[in-house]
Amino acid sequence: MIQYFWAFVVGGGVCVIGQFLLDVGRMTPAHTMSTLVVAGAVLDGIGWYEPFEDFAGAGATVPITSFGNALVHGALAELERDGYIGVITGIFEVTSAGVSAAIIFSFIAALVFKPKG
Amino acid sequence: MANKKKKTLTPVQQQYQSFAKEREPQRPVIKNSIRAFFAGGTICLIGQGIQDAMVHWFHYEEDKAGDPTVAILILISIILTSLGVYDKFAQWAGAGSAVPVTGFANSMCSAALEHRSEGYVLGVGGNMFKLAGSVIVFGVVAAFIIGIIHIFLGTGGS
Repeated sequence: MIQYFWAFVVGGGVCVIGQFLLDVGRMTPAHTMSTLVVAGAVLDGIGWYEPFEDFAGAGATVPITSFGNALVHGALAELERDGYIGVITGIFEVTSAGVSAAIIFSFIAALVFKPKG
Repeated sequence: MANKKKKTLTPVQQQYQSFAKEREPQRPVIKNSIRAFFAGGTICLIGQGIQDAMVHWFHYEEDKAGDPTVAILILISIILTSLGVYDKFAQWAGAGSAVPVTGFANSMCSAALEHRSEGYVLGVGGNMFKLAGSVIVFGVVAAFIIGIIHIFLGTGGS
């Protein structure tokens, strides 16, 4: 149960950081998202994202920061396994689920639905 | 950066800029943050529920359950975007709806829907990554640089 509590609090906290970047930092949504992704990548680069995930569960895997984390994770895993070329081949290793799902479902949606609002 | 820009302006233009800035509506930072907190927290809570369901019923390993969870959240987000619900929610929630992966999917899906009338190749295919593209580009470049740093430090995959 405590896992759910931390998922809520940490996930909400990351969103508040995003809101602050938007409102106080006066960034555009694209700048905000890019900043958060790079932040996630850097955190994984120094090895902090995995303990953060263990602690916060979905609070760490659902925000967009986990996308940056997953990119670095794939790159480092293949770097370990295949050598230097792994940095390039491994980048989409882990994130392919999210990116493919978003592309495929968005395309199907565009086939089926008309824009609303 | 703002100051550098100001120097090239005439005094009248500078005067106008400060005039406009004074009258800019104040952003309700506290209210927005509270909304973002609860909206984002709720999405993560749902994610945690899906993740636990994946582990219990589909026998995913604890640390592998994140991927299918993200895919399901993306599917939900795209259905809600197609029905026009997500954008209303996003107006209320601000960053609370944009920061979770559901916001990433929303940006792709709404761009795909919006440009549908321009055709499937140029419209849907070309515009899908309009906002999401910057996320992917910066994420990938950051990951590449971090990988290179790890090579130089000799600390391969950690």
